[in-house]
Amino acid sequence: MAEPIVSLRGITKRFGDFVANEAVSLDLYPGEIHALLGENGAGKTTLMNVLTGLLRPDGGEIRFRGRPVRIDSPEVAYRLGIGMVHQHFKLIPPFTVAENVVLGAEPRRGLLFDRRAAREAVRALTEAYGLAVNPDARVGALSVGMQQRVEILKILYRGADVLIFDEPTAVLTPQEVREFLAILKRLAGQGKAIVFITHKLKEVLAVADRVTILRHGRVVDTLPAAGADEGLLAEKMIGRRVRLAPEKAPARPGPVVLELRAVRERRTGQDALAGVDLALRAGEIYGLAGVDGNGQRPLVEVLFGRRSAEGDVRLFGEPILGLPTKALLERGMALIPEDRHREGLVLAMSVAENAILTRYDRPPFVRRGILRPAAIRRAAAEIVERFDVRTPSLAVPVAALSGGNQQKLIIGREVARRPAVVVAFQPTRGLDIGAQAHVYRTLVALRDAGAAVLLISFELDEILALADRIGVLSGGRIVAELAPEAADEETIGLYMTGRGDVRHGDAGRGDSGGDAVRRGGAGRGEVGSGDDAGQEVAGHGGADRTDEEKAGDGR
Amino acid sequence: MSAAFGQLLDITLVFSTALVFGAVGGLLSERAGVIALALEGYMTGGAFLAAASAYALERLGFGPASAYGALFLSMFAGALLALVHAAATVTYRADHVVSGVVVNFFAAGLSLFLVKLFFAGAGQTPTLREGMLSRVAIPGLADLPVVGSALFRQYPTTYLAALAVGGAYGLLYHTPLGLRLRAVGEHPEAAETLGVRVRRLRYGAVVASGAIAALGGATVALTTTGNFSHATIAGQGFIALAAMIFGRWHPFGAAAAALFFGMATGLKNVVQLSPWARAIPTEVIYMLPYALTLLVLAGLAFRSTPPAALGRTDEAR
Amino acid sequence: MRRGTRPSVAALFSASAADAGLAIVFGLIVGAGLMLLGGFDPLAAYRALAMKAFGSPYNAGETFRQATTLMLTGLSVALAYRAGLLSIAAPGQMALGALAAAAAGIGLPPVPVVQPVIGLLLGAAAGALWGALIGTLRAYRGVNEVIAAIMLNWVALYGVNLLIRFGLADPANRQRTRTVAETARIDAPWLSDLFAHARLSYGFFLAVALLGGYAFFLHRTRLGFELRAVGQNPVAAALAGMKDRRLVVAAMALAGGPAGLAGAIEVLGVYGYWTVSPTLPAAGFDGIAVALLGGAGALGTALAALLFAALSGGAAGMQFEVGVPPELARVVMAAILFFIAAQNLTRGLRERLGRVERRNARGEEAGR
Repeated sequence: MAEPIVSLRGITKRFGDFVANEAVSLDLYPGEIHALLGENGAGKTTLMNVLTGLLRPDGGEIRFRGRPVRIDSPEVAYRLGIGMVHQHFKLIPPFTVAENVVLGAEPRRGLLFDRRAAREAVRALTEAYGLAVNPDARVGALSVGMQQRVEILKILYRGADVLIFDEPTAVLTPQEVREFLAILKRLAGQGKAIVFITHKLKEVLAVADRVTILRHGRVVDTLPAAGADEGLLAEKMIGRRVRLAPEKAPARPGPVVLELRAVRERRTGQDALAGVDLALRAGEIYGLAGVDGNGQRPLVEVLFGRRSAEGDVRLFGEPILGLPTKALLERGMALIPEDRHREGLVLAMSVAENAILTRYDRPPFVRRGILRPAAIRRAAAEIVERFDVRTPSLAVPVAALSGGNQQKLIIGREVARRPAVVVAFQPTRGLDIGAQAHVYRTLVALRDAGAAVLLISFELDEILALADRIGVLSGGRIVAELAPEAADEETIGLYMTGRGDVRHGDAGRGDSGGDAVRRGGAGRGEVGSGDDAGQEVAGHGGADRTDEEKAGDGR
Repeated sequence: MSAAFGQLLDITLVFSTALVFGAVGGLLSERAGVIALALEGYMTGGAFLAAASAYALERLGFGPASAYGALFLSMFAGALLALVHAAATVTYRADHVVSGVVVNFFAAGLSLFLVKLFFAGAGQTPTLREGMLSRVAIPGLADLPVVGSALFRQYPTTYLAALAVGGAYGLLYHTPLGLRLRAVGEHPEAAETLGVRVRRLRYGAVVASGAIAALGGATVALTTTGNFSHATIAGQGFIALAAMIFGRWHPFGAAAAALFFGMATGLKNVVQLSPWARAIPTEVIYMLPYALTLLVLAGLAFRSTPPAALGRTDEAR
Repeated sequence: MRRGTRPSVAALFSASAADAGLAIVFGLIVGAGLMLLGGFDPLAAYRALAMKAFGSPYNAGETFRQATTLMLTGLSVALAYRAGLLSIAAPGQMALGALAAAAAGIGLPPVPVVQPVIGLLLGAAAGALWGALIGTLRAYRGVNEVIAAIMLNWVALYGVNLLIRFGLADPANRQRTRTVAETARIDAPWLSDLFAHARLSYGFFLAVALLGGYAFFLHRTRLGFELRAVGQNPVAAALAGMKDRRLVVAAMALAGGPAGLAGAIEVLGVYGYWTVSPTLPAAGFDGIAVALLGGAGALGTALAALLFAALSGGAAGMQFEVGVPPELARVVMAAILFFIAAQNLTRGLRERLGRVERRNARGEEAGR
């Protein structure tokens, strides 16, 4: 290879006491796809934010085409030809594709914005790189996959030779992922240097030329992708495999407690519920696996009365769909929410007050509208002790607690209500290993005490470690149900990405059936934009939908 | 009948000119993401400085030119107040609404304080004579039947307001700057990653909004009241804000809404036009802009969407 | 439509005593600067201000009278804030409350005690209804409560003017209502005598009692708990089974009560009538300043009300003794509010002065 286009030398970046990157070095060559692999929090995004001028490093050097450079604003990065597609797209929904692409470097005619030139420039780029998208479409009306193309066009328009993608496939449908990987290869083929941040090993092996693995802010290794296998990469990425799975006896499932039948939303799209069937039994942990954005959040919101849906949800045989949240809680539903700061706690209120947040209005905590501080403190103290919540006092704002202790408080609070059904959504997000193990033990204990536990997680490891039964959520439906013995990462992964969906698909079209249906929803804005996905929708959207429903109902 | 129509049109323009300035000013600010609650303050400041400086220029012997000088100077009052609002909201991330309330407070207090200071404790500036603006007829057009006199024998501020509307439209929708301004109001992070100077643009937009809105205040002082007192603006800034919302944050929409509200306000001066109009208490007419705006906001009339990042103080860096 | 959320408000109202004190000092400095520019002696002026505000029993009494109004409008704003809402509806609510009380004082049979009690209740109810309307617009139509309040303030003002002119007008002066019956008044002659006939009434005790009740309400009642939870985290509150929309309406209605009451007390305890006015009562807007400076707490609100009452009441003394236009007081108030609002500014100054240890301002920027 020739000389690297970008060379990072000993980059260090700190946030307060936290070291996000420590002496990271990395070379990037024209025409290569360089995967940056690491767990959440390993420092991948921080490193790339340094390279694109969003963050300033505390130490180290960046060389561009051999010369040291200072990149202290995104503008400088763009001028050098370094562009990044962020995980959360930075697009302006009411603007057109062309406007989004040229913003900040607009073609002019005199003092005026030259709209036609902008449109032509975008059209030329779409043709040159095979990124079909209509320059005049409103970005807000485009599917996620199309929006990603707009992001790519934005940096190509600025003449980028280095393209950085931050977890680009996290939000894509499997079909879109395939298209995206093809685009990556095409871009590399035209001499662009590509950084591909991900923690999905399969994608790395599919497209990357080289892989750099980060762990705790440090480079573990850089190696050619050819010859690497998933096991090797995973080990380097995670380090010593920590067995978090608690010892657990086989489940003794009781009767069905919570039952969902054909729960669907009016809206369509990848993340919309499209007919969920699920029967949750007492005394079991049902693990719902799936890629983020396949209906997990809507499902939780429907179960807790925060979103309307059609179909039937029964708790102990009684219909509960459409009941207010309070009634659901009183009937024994409990939620361990995904985002504890946003959904689980009132940060400015005290530990004690948060400890009774979901039963503040019941005796003994309130009598004739007046709170009973002594009773509240007593209940809180019990939770704090039983669940080992480390807090200086019950009166401090709950914001003062660490994430793990906050989570323990939430779990303790919900356990104290003796729930019949516990929905745990990403219950270990952002927790350290000790706290994770605690959460796992508690969930198993809940199960053993006879509660029905619905564990919704994006982490397959977590599902495999805990679940007594595994369902896979994809495109707003449960596409497969497996016993843990029959489930391995590979099989579940296939279902998660929709490719395992063969048995429901139309025989003639094999695996693309499920994808096409989902695209029918997501692709609304693209029809008429002349791209291939749009035509696929037109091809066989409607007929498959009914097939799918029948298959779903029959399960 | 046509005479009455011409009269109504004329009075509508007279009363809406100030609102048009206010609404266009507010639009620039809000399109860049900064809530324009301080319009009332900008207009108050503009009216004060216009009245005070016109009087001073009059005394210095500038005659009718005083009004033009005052019109120009008034913009600085608005710009200065807007600078306070911009500093608070953009640099110090103060809540936009609170900062707006503060600026309104500040403008009202300071302008009356200065009036009393400069004019020996009087509650208002001395009434202007030759320092008022007078109507300018546009040759040819002014003689058109029915509408000619109303449209083309107007105060120079009215022509200027029309220019401001067209200018704002051209700026927002046909220049790179306008594209960036709107981008900043919709999604500042996106704009920032593309090298758009978010803060600088916001400062510019807010200061410009203050200057333009101040012209509205100056219009009232120099064409209608002839002086400045606590009652000169009295809520017109809020009507301008209402017009901007009613006009869906678009220059033409805002101008149309301002014309409508101006007509409503102006109507009370022409109630003699018809007996049924006389039966309506003036209070009902005064209420109209506010009540209508509420209907719009409540979605009972039609929907309008504000810039997505309006009022946010938490964006990156 | 929603005009954005405003996370900064949370920080705003949590102004600590040190922040507030600093803001007051800066505000006074701004005022002093202006006076210097105008050729006045700021120290003499502030001394005159203090004398006018507290220098005699009568003056102090009048300051307490103004503080009564400000405590109530401040309480109104504070209460709404605790539920995560910024209420600037107090001016309109004051006018409505005043009108309702005037109507009761004019129209009801002259029964002592009963008449004033009904008058006060009607005043509070008028404010509460107006608040409920704003809350409903916010909760069910997504209208930002600030914009709704601005619009409804003016509707209330003109509505009150209309009702005065076409119903309650004094035949001798159509620009004001008739005077309320003696039986309707809430004067406290013994208190008034104590303060050399200052216009103090039982309204003062009512305001103090309400502020005391406010603290209890917030921290010791179910509704207070719910309002705080919804105000600080509506999502978590909803997931805990609270009826977030209804609570928004309840909060705005509850907040409207004290503001309406403030108007009612002005009529039944001070003036005895209400007038047609081209402008909204300033004391309503001042409530925002009071609640901001007082950190939306009971004690803070009471102290801030006293300060602003002293400022606006004392301004006349400043004019009389030193010749400073009384509007200076409003400029000082605006400046204090500015420094509270732009807390990042005062924080920065404090840090630069090296007085306070650095607060690790939401140090979780670390990201992933």
